[in-house]
Amino acid sequence: MQDSSSIDIVVPQSVRFDKPLYLRSGAVLENYELVYETYGELNAAKSNAVLVCHALSGNHHLAGFYAGSPKSTGWWNNMIGAGKSIDTRKFFVMGVNNLGGCHGSTGPASINAKTGKCYGADFPMVTVEDWVETQIRLADHLGIEQFAAVAGGSLGGMQALQWTLDFPERVRHALVIAAAAKLTAQNIAFNDVARQAIITDQDFHGGDYYSHGVVPRRGLRLARMLGHITYLSDDAMAAKFGRELRNGALAFGFDVEFEIESYLRYQGDKFADQFDANTYLLMTKALDYFDPALQHNNDLSAAFRAAKANFLVLSFTTDWRFSPERSRAIVKSLLDNELNVSYAEISSSHGHDSFLMEDQHYHKLMRAYMDTVVI
Amino acid sequence: MNTLAMPTTASRPDFAAIAAWVRPCAKVLDLGCGDGSLLRFLRDARNVRGYGVEIDDANVLACFNNGVNVIQSDLESGLLSFESGSFDYVVLSQTLQAVKNTENIVKEMLRVSKEGIVSFPNFGYWKNRLQVMLGHMPVSETLPYQWFDTPNIHNCTLGDFEEFCRQHGARILERRVMNGDHPVTFLPNLLGMLAFYRFERQK
Repeated sequence: MQDSSSIDIVVPQSVRFDKPLYLRSGAVLENYELVYETYGELNAAKSNAVLVCHALSGNHHLAGFYAGSPKSTGWWNNMIGAGKSIDTRKFFVMGVNNLGGCHGSTGPASINAKTGKCYGADFPMVTVEDWVETQIRLADHLGIEQFAAVAGGSLGGMQALQWTLDFPERVRHALVIAAAAKLTAQNIAFNDVARQAIITDQDFHGGDYYSHGVVPRRGLRLARMLGHITYLSDDAMAAKFGRELRNGALAFGFDVEFEIESYLRYQGDKFADQFDANTYLLMTKALDYFDPALQHNNDLSAAFRAAKANFLVLSFTTDWRFSPERSRAIVKSLLDNELNVSYAEISSSHGHDSFLMEDQHYHKLMRAYMDTVVI
Repeated sequence: MNTLAMPTTASRPDFAAIAAWVRPCAKVLDLGCGDGSLLRFLRDARNVRGYGVEIDDANVLACFNNGVNVIQSDLESGLLSFESGSFDYVVLSQTLQAVKNTENIVKEMLRVSKEGIVSFPNFGYWKNRLQVMLGHMPVSETLPYQWFDTPNIHNCTLGDFEEFCRQHGARILERRVMNGDHPVTFLPNLLGMLAFYRFERQK
């Protein structure tokens, strides 16, 4: 998927923090490492930095590819690059693997210095607030006083929202895409079924499967298959798979018969090979816990009184996991605080996954908005 | 910062007419804001803070390019995102004649704002009347559509709108009638092409 305007080879960097991190849960992490990538040049005034926060299964590798691995393109390569909607000729873009992740930042599979073993079940719960705290420390480390923008889709959009609440002086624009100000009961329910699939896998061993030399692969695979169904729309699935049969005829058995089964199993297998089950558990919990209105008597408008940023809120018509209605609730609370906000509801057939897809109108909106961001 | 040409004041006398009624630094909601040109004009000329409401994708993108706040939403479903009394002015510029639920929109305007500003093509303009007398639906500068493709489903005259306001709790504060660039004071319901009203909730 490389083209002349895309970023070329990138090299992840990492930084270790020895200042204890006091987590929302009350737990403390004495030290941790964050892995991150950057694209474009930080200008002399350090005013052109854009932080892109990742979603449930994402990571710091936003764009470009790794040396010797031309297929290793970043997850938002269609959005970020020279001449793209988030233009790296103008902006210094960075992605960070969230704490608790499994792509290089300290997480459950990392070695706990205290025990000399993997953290496993001992790794503390991390929340969106905790992530924002680690991201601000990384910004401090890089000398970035204020981000031109913080952007993200889904769980990434929640982090962008949290930024405007916790560090209103340090973010000028927040791009909140296919997100919600809190999960619905249905959403939490889906997350819990996914977690139960993992936790009840015999290879889970209470989260300490590393020392047993196994991974709860079946559970993680099921969790991903379930998640994947909810990220797509009924229409998109119907259009892509319909009732197509893998081998042209019914086999009257439990092996793969329909194309959709084949697709989901493939997605599940692929994911189970590369993602850590404990990280999946943590990320879904962070989603469930996110609720900035909670400490304001469930008044989201009151929560956003602290915010000063300008906002772009985007939703997708067929996204039923983070529906347009959820985005409109965010917009309402921003309007109540007379904040600058633009909102677009993008017609797309791809459900929640739309935010990752290449869509002309979506990308034009992003480009137009980013063009107005003054650096 | 933007790629769209901004119509000049001279080419949009309707913008100037609306701007003349808007206090500097006011908070404005522009319903059916199109490409955001009016909001941008009001921002530049009157330093207003504002939001537009628009349903069309291309117009929403144009608003982004014009650097104005826009909320993509269908006017017809009401203004639920906006709190009562949260604006100084709500503007409905040349959109009144195209909305389905006219009564509800005007009711919502009076709810969210202290004052409403409406502009619409005067169906009573003599050229329109003449064409109807000659047996045809009018096609003119302000009503440029054919009967079969017009979005304008609720045309009215000055007299009709004033009667409507009386019946719907809107007190008219000011009226301005234009013919091209020129204000019309003599026989406005006959000689005026475009009508502007500023109104408030009946106290």
